[in-house]
Amino acid sequence: MEKIYSRTQGIRDGMVSGFCPGCMHGTAMKLIGELLEEMDLFHRAVAVLGIGCGGLHMDYMAFDNITAPHGRACAVATGIKRSNPESLVFTYQGDGDFAAIGLAESISAANRGENISVVFVNNGIYGMTGGQMAPTTLLGMKASTAPKGRVAEEHGYPMHMCEILNQLEAPVYLERTSCNTPQNVFKTKNAIRKAFRNQLEGRGFSMVEIVTSCPTNWGMDALAALGYIEEKMLPEFPLGVTRDKIPGQQ
Amino acid sequence: MARVFMKGCEAIAEAAVRAGCRFFAGYPITPQNEIPEYLARRMPEVHGVFIQGESEVASISMVYGAASAGTRSMTSSSSPGISLKSEGISYCAAARVPIVYANICRGGPGVGSIQPAQMDYLQATKASGNGGFEMMVFAPSSVQEAVDMTYKAFDYADRDRNPVLVLCDGLIGTLMEPVELPDIKTDQEVADIKESKRPWACVGHKLDYANRSWIQPGHWSTIAMQQFNERAAAMYDSWENDVQAEESGLEDAEVVLTAYGASGRVAKSVAELLKTRGEKVGLIRPQTIHPFPFASFEKLDYGRVKAVLDVEMSIPALMVQDVDRAVKNRCPIHTCLCSGGNIMKKGQVLEAAAKILEL
Repeated sequence: MEKIYSRTQGIRDGMVSGFCPGCMHGTAMKLIGELLEEMDLFHRAVAVLGIGCGGLHMDYMAFDNITAPHGRACAVATGIKRSNPESLVFTYQGDGDFAAIGLAESISAANRGENISVVFVNNGIYGMTGGQMAPTTLLGMKASTAPKGRVAEEHGYPMHMCEILNQLEAPVYLERTSCNTPQNVFKTKNAIRKAFRNQLEGRGFSMVEIVTSCPTNWGMDALAALGYIEEKMLPEFPLGVTRDKIPGQQ
Repeated sequence: MARVFMKGCEAIAEAAVRAGCRFFAGYPITPQNEIPEYLARRMPEVHGVFIQGESEVASISMVYGAASAGTRSMTSSSSPGISLKSEGISYCAAARVPIVYANICRGGPGVGSIQPAQMDYLQATKASGNGGFEMMVFAPSSVQEAVDMTYKAFDYADRDRNPVLVLCDGLIGTLMEPVELPDIKTDQEVADIKESKRPWACVGHKLDYANRSWIQPGHWSTIAMQQFNERAAAMYDSWENDVQAEESGLEDAEVVLTAYGASGRVAKSVAELLKTRGEKVGLIRPQTIHPFPFASFEKLDYGRVKAVLDVEMSIPALMVQDVDRAVKNRCPIHTCLCSGGNIMKKGQVLEAAAKILEL
């Protein structure tokens, strides 16, 4: 029988994901591993991992990686890429890392047009630390530090990073995707491929925001979390391309 | 060797370039701005990278990244800026990423002042960030020493895969003096440092989980964390052999002056002056303040020494805590202090020494 699908070599052989049931970090990293394999980039790839659940990938990925200080992934990636332009450098950051503690580093790297790729995983909550409020937490959504739900007057509004970065001149590609359906997983893979291609061709800063779930800290099972993405998250964070200076290229 | 007339900060920057540093990221703060300004011009000339980061925090993280990619890398700042960089410095120590940084100290605490001071001694030698790590700390008393120490700092950083600090008060950083500059490393030497000698560098490797480059500032198992701390502690102990201090007149000293940096320079001139007058005055001028030259204090004849005089541009005195550990109650310790941007005066030290000598 013809083998038409296999595990990516980018994930450590024999490793079983320790992510919670329904978590999409595993899916996102699988896509990255597959892309690096298809694009023959393992020997050039350097992942810069943010703090949070996404950082657990360090145990799973089979290629070079570095853990950045809280929020500083884009600055660390800047240092790596500028001193070694031959590397394919991408950050993998959650909402707290990219949009809260690291907001200055994220916006500044984007504004400089650093030739790096950012994979920004937005599940609207702090997962690893136990369900605290994130800058992307929805209005009304409960968090351990907003027990009555997010209130605009007290906590401000959810932050939209694609739209914020779209105010800058330098970024070449900003797209928001999700991993909530097979079709969207496919689109996410294409978006990350495009972000990597942009970097390989020296075009500058690309960011792919992936709207995902955190069933554990959302307090629901995996299937209900998929429904929550569809009903609540995507109306707040609409999918699609916000910026594409090189349209059509995939 | 080239003999030139340079300001301390610029000389430190040039020494870094000559040592093979090819990446600098920093953020403006007085009185160290001449370092980034100089390197903004100089780095492109040697195919290096200069970045003005969006903050001190971002800059040290950029340096962490560049050094992780195998490039000799440096940052600099001044006191409150160094506090901000402590996050990244701790990460470099934890991930065994060699970097060099310079602190051109000003007054403190907080935003302090922009004038020279030596108020960062404890931060530099005892707690440069979270986690109880240690670093070698060089403290130049002249522009020449600043050059020589910066140049060598990169070798020490590489040897230990650990951050190294050049602690330089604002006086030395802004002083102009003639200096001999060391030879610049050739492009081949720079390439060798980056490529041949750094198999750990995070630049992309063949697919191999066991041999991937993994720059990791954390240890999630209790065993691994303790092993890291034990290995680091052994490294700190090994620095005993790297202690550097200028000593003079210790054999028959009745009063011993001890001071580092700009104060060390003043103390040295006072010791020399008193010796020309026939007084038995010794000098211990730490050039490494960490590791501290405890052994120098063991050379004293405490039956003869009336007191050790600790001279610092810091109120309260800070280095005196290490001096106290070195003297072990074998003689009194006096202090001669100033702060607030006041520069230690020769007359002030002379008066304090004369009082001990009952002149």
